[in-house]
Amino acid sequence: MSNAPVTAAGGMQGAIQHDQLNKLRAGDDAPRAAKKQHNISDYAAPVIGFGGFIGFWYFMSYWGLTHIWGKPKFLITAPHRVVKDSFIDDRSRTALLHGLYWTARVSLIGLVIAIIIGMALAIVMSQARWLERSIWPYLVAMQAIPILALVPIIGSIFGFEIPSRIFVCVLISLFPIVSNTLFGLLSAERGQHDLFTLHHVSRWTRLTKLQLPNAMPTIFTGFRIAAGLSVIGAIVGEIFFKRGDKGVGILLDSYRSRAQFPQMYGALILAAALGIAVFIIFGWFNNLVVGRWYESTRKSG
Amino acid sequence: MGDVGAAPALSFDGVSMVFPDGTHALRETTFDVRAGEFVTVVGPSGCGKSTLLRIASGLTKSTGGSVDIADGNVGYVFQDATLLQWRTVQKNVELLAELEGIDKVERSRRAAENIALVGLDGFEKKYPKQLSGGMKMRCSLARSLVMDPKIFLFDEPFGALDEITREKLNDELLSLFQRKGFAALFITHSIYEAVFLSTRVLVMSARPGQIVGDFKIPFAYPRSPELRFGAEFAELAGQVSHALRGAHV
Repeated sequence: MSNAPVTAAGGMQGAIQHDQLNKLRAGDDAPRAAKKQHNISDYAAPVIGFGGFIGFWYFMSYWGLTHIWGKPKFLITAPHRVVKDSFIDDRSRTALLHGLYWTARVSLIGLVIAIIIGMALAIVMSQARWLERSIWPYLVAMQAIPILALVPIIGSIFGFEIPSRIFVCVLISLFPIVSNTLFGLLSAERGQHDLFTLHHVSRWTRLTKLQLPNAMPTIFTGFRIAAGLSVIGAIVGEIFFKRGDKGVGILLDSYRSRAQFPQMYGALILAAALGIAVFIIFGWFNNLVVGRWYESTRKSG
Repeated sequence: MGDVGAAPALSFDGVSMVFPDGTHALRETTFDVRAGEFVTVVGPSGCGKSTLLRIASGLTKSTGGSVDIADGNVGYVFQDATLLQWRTVQKNVELLAELEGIDKVERSRRAAENIALVGLDGFEKKYPKQLSGGMKMRCSLARSLVMDPKIFLFDEPFGALDEITREKLNDELLSLFQRKGFAALFITHSIYEAVFLSTRVLVMSARPGQIVGDFKIPFAYPRSPELRFGAEFAELAGQVSHALRGAHV
């Protein structure tokens, strides 16, 4: 039986999501409070914030950089130049959108592999405490190893093209999937476990009818964190493993080396946009699957 | 109630429990719950009342004595409703039948019947988060009723509810008890609840738990809510309370 105390230390890293924070702020998520109320300030504030951000960018580009740090202003390209040179210019746009495609593709493949391996590991670890204790240290260690140090080894084994980039994505996004899934699997209430025990169910039934569904909200939190990391992994991987199709990371590096700052900022914006998109998609996916039943501020029993 | 000749539905014979950490939870405890009997155990917190139920159901093995249960079909109602949050009321009520491999048609028929019995009809499609505490408990009751158990174990099921909801559920539990004729072993902190529900009230001492009082509650069923305000009721509650006070020292 696996109602061992939850030992997934730090397993909930980042587990309190944006929407959960909002509910916490509202103080009470009574059943009827489910319907969202939109105030004008819900929209106005982000728009003003965005305006402020662009304003600050112009300020740094035209005045801040030269007057505060005494550095040339081309180091921070003004927003309209970035848009013009990266996204309106045909050649740059084509290169960047292709880059986006390859980066997105690599990070998605990496994420899927990490999800499969990570969930399998977590399920294995949830079955016995000794398994959990034997596997856990390696996962933590994996987090601490700088990928830079492994570059020659990964490259020699998988080559300096896409497979190595995928490997980096898996390496970097595995941990949050394992830790969040494991935490979810082990967090079913004792009473619920007792109920299943009373009916002499198999491990399989307990897993599929109690532990896995119970873990869905935390599993999705893990996916969301992992998806963001996988995008980072793809870009970092591209910087190390440059052969083959050019992703955003490779473009970023070559624009940097050729001092094409407008395009470099364009590539940065695309990388950021990909991260945001992935975050939003998984949030939406999460709502679709567990939104109907999940109560984010549960009483701890 | 319960004719004297009836075989016990549940019997404890010198059951004791010492946990591995040395906590002595129960001292030789002996009592029977007969068919048609509603036995309630009251006692101070931490006196091993819940342990008693866990042993009765087989969730925990006692370290001494023996427990006999006439029929393996036991209903267990926990302190928390322990509903599965991702299942609707209907699916929650079907759960035990599903675990026991009862086919789809039959379990959905039984679920519908028992949902109506606890007054949750119309809420079949709701999720637990949409239910109040009292409704969750009703759902939990319906879930156990689906298996039609011969003996019910109740572990302070109404402890977390407000007074009015609790009294209402007490009334409804009694009508279920009459209708279904199960034997019941009920744990509570509340003397009034104990006296109102039971045919018999056992008082347990502080740890290690031991039965120090045994009261027959003579009121006939059905019991009306007004019973709680009668002099005889007060007298009995007083006696139980007195025994409980003694048990605390």
